[in-house]
Amino acid sequence: MKDVYQDVIAGARAMTPILLGVVPFAMVTGVAAVSVGLTPVEAVGMSAIVYAGAAQLAVLQLMGSGGIWIVMVLTAWIINLRFTMYSASLAPYLQKLSLRWKGLYAYILSDQAFAVSISRFNDDEPAHPQWFYFGAASSIRATWQVSTVAGVILSAQIPKSWGLDFAVPLTFMVLMFPALKDRPSVIAALVGGGVAVLAKGLPYNLGLVLAALMGIAAGLIAENIVNKKRTGS
Amino acid sequence: MTQSSWLLFLAIGLGTYLLRCSFIYLFGRVDMSGWLQRALKYVPAAVLAALVFPALTHPAGVLDLSLGNARLLAGIAGALVAWRTRNVLLTILTGMGLVWLLQAL
Repeated sequence: MKDVYQDVIAGARAMTPILLGVVPFAMVTGVAAVSVGLTPVEAVGMSAIVYAGAAQLAVLQLMGSGGIWIVMVLTAWIINLRFTMYSASLAPYLQKLSLRWKGLYAYILSDQAFAVSISRFNDDEPAHPQWFYFGAASSIRATWQVSTVAGVILSAQIPKSWGLDFAVPLTFMVLMFPALKDRPSVIAALVGGGVAVLAKGLPYNLGLVLAALMGIAAGLIAENIVNKKRTGS
Repeated sequence: MTQSSWLLFLAIGLGTYLLRCSFIYLFGRVDMSGWLQRALKYVPAAVLAALVFPALTHPAGVLDLSLGNARLLAGIAGALVAWRTRNVLLTILTGMGLVWLLQAL
């Protein structure tokens, strides 16, 4: 039992530097939720039920500009499609667990928990990778929830004229740059962003869904061209 | 808004939970097809840029590429900080600070 405990602690410890970046991100989410008119309970509940910062902020931005629910749901799902990738890469390490534990482990899955765990598993696999993951994922899950509450409380003190809703796209920028790993992803971003600007006038914010799909398609096409050049055909 | 926002969160949350569960439960039974995995790689870049760009170019819902658009100028500065530092707090301080400064001028 002692080494189980050690692996949980090791996971939580590996996560600590990342938690510093999560606190302001979660606080912005709390502030943004209140600023588009959600009650404090709804704002905190959203973080508890959805637990996906980028998707939550996107939905809040859509709420602020009068989006309809189907566009909000689709946008959030598209943003969260990446979880299937994480789920697939972590699955081999979580197979010893019961169905119930798997359910809990899926609930606390996040970008950071995936990144920290997988890089450790590839490097030097702990005796109980599932417990390492639990330590990493649960520490960030708890930090997210507490910081959202802090943001909700803080937002009550902030006048609307400060225009703090602009903190949302600023936060997205920090998430966007690490995703621009190679030329195809830069092209995906330029096409996604460009189409979003051109299609801004479409009703119900449908331009966002269109832009996302076209950006992804552009990335795939660019990848094919790069691959062809590399093989010299 | 109240009742419908809970339904909205449940719809988003349930779908997201199924995405999280997907392969943890399906491991060994379903193989993720190649093109889908490749497409997923471009989701963050495409979606995040699609959220950021219009927030700078359409601050009040209409296109504004003039120098009077504080969010465009402050956003470009914020993007530079985000790119160089990857720091959420610094990026927000730069972007918000510049918006307030430009509006005060």
